[in-house]
Amino acid sequence: MKRRNFIQQTAATTALVTLGGLGLQSFTTSRTKKITILHTNDVHSHIVPFSPNDGRNANKGGVARRASLIESIRTKNPNTLLLDAGDIFQGTPYFNYYGGELEFKLMSMLKYDAATIGNHDFDNGIDGLYAQLPHAKFDFVSANYDFSNTVMDTHVKPYKIFKKDGIKIGVFGLGIELNGLVGENHYKETKYLNPIEIAQDMSRILKIEKQCDLVICLSHLGYNYRNNPEIVSDLKIAKATKDIDLIIGGHTHTFLRKPTIEKNIEGKNVLINQVGCYGLYLGKIDFYFDSDKSKAANGTSIIV
Amino acid sequence: MNCKYFMLGVLICLFYSCKQETHLSKIEGKRIEITDTLESNQAIEDYIKPYKEHVEKDLDSVLAYAVGTYSKNDGKLNTAIGNFMADAVFELSNPIFKSRTGKDIDMVLLNHGGIRSIMSKGNITSRTAYKIMPFDNIVVVAELKGTYVLELVKYLQNARRAHPISKLNIKLGSNFELIEATINNEPIDANKTYYVATNDYLINGGDRMTFLKKRDSLYVLDYKIRNLLIDYFKKVDTINPVIDDRFIQIK
Repeated sequence: MKRRNFIQQTAATTALVTLGGLGLQSFTTSRTKKITILHTNDVHSHIVPFSPNDGRNANKGGVARRASLIESIRTKNPNTLLLDAGDIFQGTPYFNYYGGELEFKLMSMLKYDAATIGNHDFDNGIDGLYAQLPHAKFDFVSANYDFSNTVMDTHVKPYKIFKKDGIKIGVFGLGIELNGLVGENHYKETKYLNPIEIAQDMSRILKIEKQCDLVICLSHLGYNYRNNPEIVSDLKIAKATKDIDLIIGGHTHTFLRKPTIEKNIEGKNVLINQVGCYGLYLGKIDFYFDSDKSKAANGTSIIV
Repeated sequence: MNCKYFMLGVLICLFYSCKQETHLSKIEGKRIEITDTLESNQAIEDYIKPYKEHVEKDLDSVLAYAVGTYSKNDGKLNTAIGNFMADAVFELSNPIFKSRTGKDIDMVLLNHGGIRSIMSKGNITSRTAYKIMPFDNIVVVAELKGTYVLELVKYLQNARRAHPISKLNIKLGSNFELIEATINNEPIDANKTYYVATNDYLINGGDRMTFLKKRDSLYVLDYKIRNLLIDYFKKVDTINPVIDDRFIQIK
């Protein structure tokens, strides 16, 4: 009996020490959780760095360098997601020779978590995209392409939910209208659905139904069309929706020096970021979550 | 036993804390440039290496020889490089078109802007084709009424630009007025049907060649112009195109 008591007491003490440690983090000093979102867009088959005599981007870019950068960021913060906003394909002979195989294989080695589909990803037809899927160890998200009558059916999800350090992150994808950009014989029966309506739907599902702490829109719609304001863009999506925290864009090859802050339909801040093209930059957005109630009143500070 | 109750209390407390809502307190955003100051991941480099070697070896293997250096800026209404491209499109597309439809291509029309690079004197490789034609445009053949072929001629007459053509001959006067336009040495017949080979960029409205929209049938050959050029380079030994009289102004 005495021995049993002793064991119980020891176990309890150990447990208390652990709990005490946790308690200290979660109440006393309020534990901060950090989620890092890394992103690329429009890499367009740029595998190796630009040559030293390139007129514009000499010695820049390259997947192997991006890999080591991502690795060092992940070492500092394992709670990191790596996303791509489409147009993975087309732009260098690597695509013409291997049809996108190397692009997908390398993205898998870099441990991409998800990507959306750009118009150029249809450049070898929807069958060409489908043929490369076995090389991709990451998911494709697109909420406004209806692939149900195509070979891509069931291979693309509207959204994906990730859980990092207890934080729920919902990522949904949006694609650009294919008619006029891509030959019909290439996209076949892919149906394009209104991205604004779909974004409103998706943000509601992810924020309200799925209780996500963070909602990210991975978009290949394009940043903004100054001369064609009727075309749906990331800025338009930001203004017409609620509950989206971050829009990661592509298509327009827009080099944003820093993320844009836009007001959503409720007047709350949305971040929009796009890092140009060809793997010349890596976007990095850090989200800090606090469990201290007293701090909630201070709102969210945005440093860009 | 007391200990157990205490533990329970702590656990309840802990669960309560889990239910506490987290609050997004701060967002930091920036971009990081990928430059040569970053270390390169060796495993990735090693993985790319065989692909790179194959692509580069293939791109650099010699296919033909260019006698001179040809630029789309050498020549007024027709250029050597443009003539080469349009003639190559005719030569390699017509057998495909004929085998599929039993008909012949009557003429070829490409766009001056679509020639993206010069062709340098010396060895020609696949890389040359990638430089001249980095885009993946394909050959298409439009069935066009003679009336609209005359609109095509009018377009070229007004553009005064060396858009590459083949099998079509145009003579303009000193004021750019039309003197003669022929296909196969015959004047264009407004009522006849012609088969015009072009690329999918122009057929979809590129360079405002609106007459192409008035076509009847469209035959998509699914033949990339770049691949066509590579095939052409493989077929011939020397490339020696010239500026000729297919589109000229008589002063």
